[in-house]
Amino acid sequence: MSIKARSKDLWSQTVRWGRALPGKVSRGRDSASVRVLTTWDAAIIAVTLLFLLVAARRVEHFGTARNAGYIVLDLAPILLLALAMTLIVTTGEIDLSVASTVGLTSAAMGVMWNGGMSLESIMPVAVLLGAVLGAVNGLFITGFGLPSLAVTIGTLALYRGLAYVLLGDTAVADWPRAFTGWTLGGIGESAVPNVLIPMLVLAAGFGLVLHATPVGRSIFAAGANPIAAAYAGIAVGRLKFWLYVTSGAMAGLVGVLWTLRYSSARADNANGLELTVIAVVLLGGVSIFGGKGSLPGVLAAVVLLVALQNALRLAHVSTEALTVVTGSLLIVAVLAPNAATAVRGALRTRRRRTA
Amino acid sequence: MSALATTPAAKTGSTLLDLVLRFRALGLIIALTVLVGVTTAMNPRFLSGQSVRDLLFAAAITVLLACGMTVVVLTRGIDLSVGSVLGLSAYLTGSVLAETGMATAAAMLVGLAVGAACGALNGAIIHFGRVPPLVATLGTLYVLRGVIYFVAGGSRINASDLPRGFLDFGNGSLLGVPYLFLVAVAVLAVVGVFLGRYRAGRDLYAIGSNPEAAGLAGIPTGRRLLTAYVLSGSLAGLGGVLYAARYGTVDASAGYGMELNVVAAVVVGGVAIFGGSGTALGAALGALLLTVINNALPVLRIDQFWQQAIIGALILAAIALDRLVSLRAARALRQKGSNVD
Repeated sequence: MSIKARSKDLWSQTVRWGRALPGKVSRGRDSASVRVLTTWDAAIIAVTLLFLLVAARRVEHFGTARNAGYIVLDLAPILLLALAMTLIVTTGEIDLSVASTVGLTSAAMGVMWNGGMSLESIMPVAVLLGAVLGAVNGLFITGFGLPSLAVTIGTLALYRGLAYVLLGDTAVADWPRAFTGWTLGGIGESAVPNVLIPMLVLAAGFGLVLHATPVGRSIFAAGANPIAAAYAGIAVGRLKFWLYVTSGAMAGLVGVLWTLRYSSARADNANGLELTVIAVVLLGGVSIFGGKGSLPGVLAAVVLLVALQNALRLAHVSTEALTVVTGSLLIVAVLAPNAATAVRGALRTRRRRTA
Repeated sequence: MSALATTPAAKTGSTLLDLVLRFRALGLIIALTVLVGVTTAMNPRFLSGQSVRDLLFAAAITVLLACGMTVVVLTRGIDLSVGSVLGLSAYLTGSVLAETGMATAAAMLVGLAVGAACGALNGAIIHFGRVPPLVATLGTLYVLRGVIYFVAGGSRINASDLPRGFLDFGNGSLLGVPYLFLVAVAVLAVVGVFLGRYRAGRDLYAIGSNPEAAGLAGIPTGRRLLTAYVLSGSLAGLGGVLYAARYGTVDASAGYGMELNVVAAVVVGGVAIFGGSGTALGAALGALLLTVINNALPVLRIDQFWQQAIIGALILAAIALDRLVSLRAARALRQKGSNVD
C-alpha cells in the first residue's frame, strides 16, 4: 500500500516536471535533438550571437566597423593562447605559464633589439624561444612525470622572474613604425584588421587538427583515459610534450604581437592573462578533467568575453564589474553543466521508477 | 637471494640521504641555516635585532596563509582566492575599525568571520556544485577582488583613521619578536596539532590520499572539505587583519597576487600538490625560507629582480625532489616485498 502511495506521489511529481519542461524529454526520439540544442558549445555560440545582436542595437558605438576592429585586436592574444590551451586542457593537463612566456619573449625581444638585431630575425627567434620554454614545461611534465598544475605554477613564477631579470622595470619602445603600423592597421583602407587573417588561419588549423585528424582523436582519447589511450597505441607522453611545445610557440607569437601592438617590450606584459585564457577555455565547454570540448565553443567564448568587456566599457560600466563577470562566468561554466547533468539524472531515475 | 644481498647495502649507503629526503623539515632547516650563515658572513648585520624583526614581520602573514593553504592542499584541493579574501577582510576590518574604534581582539573576530564566509562560499561551490577547486577558487579570486573594488572604490583607509592600540599591535614586539609573528606561530601550533592529532585532521590526509576509499571508510568527506575551505578562508581573513595592522594603509589592491607566494611556500615546504602528504610545519618553514631569500638578496648584492625567478626555480626543484622521494619510497617498498617472497 505504501508502495502504491509512493508511486502515486512520484507520478504526480513526474507530471509536474513534464509541465515545467515544455520540450518533452520523455520521448527517446526527441532526446537526440534536445541534446544537440542543449550542448554547452551550441548554447555558448547562441548566447554570443544574441549578445552581439543586442549590444549592436542597444550600446552606442558598439556596432561600428571601427569598434569591431578594436574588438579583434583585443581578442587576438587571448584567442591565440586559447587555441593551444584548448588542446592541452582536452588532454587533462593545464598550462598556467602562457602569460609569463609572453612576458619573457617580449622582454627578450627588447634585449635583442637593444643589441642591434634586425626585427626580421628577432621575430622567428622569439617564437623559437617560446617553443623552447614550452619544451621545458613538457620535459618536466612528461619526462619527469610531475603534475602539470605544480610545474606550470613554478614556470609561471620562473619565466616572469627571468623577464624581470632581462629588462628590469624598463621598457623598450623604439620599434619601427612599419611593423607596429601593420599590427594596428587594416587591410587596404578597410577596417578589417591585418591580424584577422593569420588569426583565422591558425584557428582553422587548430580546429582541423582537433576535430578532423588522428592527432585530434588521440588528444581526446588521452584526456578521456590516458591508460586506455596508451594501450590503444597512442604515445600519450610524446603527444603532451609536443602540445606544450606548441603552446609555448603560440605564446612566443603572442609575445611578438603584444610587443608590436603596444609598441613596448616590458617584463610585465600580459601579466595575469593566463587566468582569462583558462576562463574562456572552460567557458567554451572544455572539461577541466579532459576528454571533452570543442574549438568552436572556445572561439565563441573568446568573442563573448572580449565583446562583453568592450560593451561594458562603452556603456561606462566600471571595470570592476568586469572582474566579477569574468569570475562568475568561470564558475557558472562548470556549475551549469553539472547542474544540468544532475537534473537529467534525477529525471531519468524518476522515469525509470514510474515505468 | 640476490635481493637479500643487495638491499642492506643499498640501505646503509643512503640512510643520511634518505633521512634528509624523507623529512622535508630537516632539509628546509639545513637550507635556512646555510642561507643565513652565508648571508651573515657577507654582512654580520643580517642577524642584528632590527633585521631579524623585519624578517619576522615580513614572514608572519605568509606563514599564517601557508597554514590554511596546507589544510586545503592536503585534500587535493587548492585555494587561489586567499589574496582576494585577505584584501576584502583587510578593507572591511579597517573600515569597521575606523568607524567604531573597537578593540583589536574584536577586529580579529570580524576578520575571521569575513574570511570564514568567503571560505564557506568556496567550499559550497566545490562540494555542492562539484566544481574543481582550481576553477572555483580562480573564479572567487576574480569575484571577491571585484567586490573589494565595489566596496572601496578609489578610496583607501589611512593609518590616521585606525585606533592607536591597533597600530601598536601591528608594529609592536615582545622580546624582539613581533606580535604578528606570535599570532602566526600560535595558529601554526593549533593547525599542526589539529592535522597531526585530531581525527578530523587525519581524515583530511585520508581524503587527499584516496577520496573514494575515504568515503567508503565512513569519513564524511563533504563536511571535511567544507571545514578545510572555511579554515583556509578564516586564516586568510585573519591575515587581512594583520595586514591592516602592519601597514596601516589599505586600498583595493591589498593582497593582490599573494596566492602565488603562498602556494610556492606550501609546495617548497613539502606538501604534495596532489594531496595526502605534508605538514603545516613544513609549509611554515617554506614560507620562512622564501622570506629569508627575499631579505637576503639585497645583502648578497643580487638584483632584486631575481626574486621571482628564484621562487619559480625553487618550486620546480621542490616538486622534482618530491617525485624523487616517492620513487625511492616505492622502490624500497618493492624490495621489502621481494624479501618477504
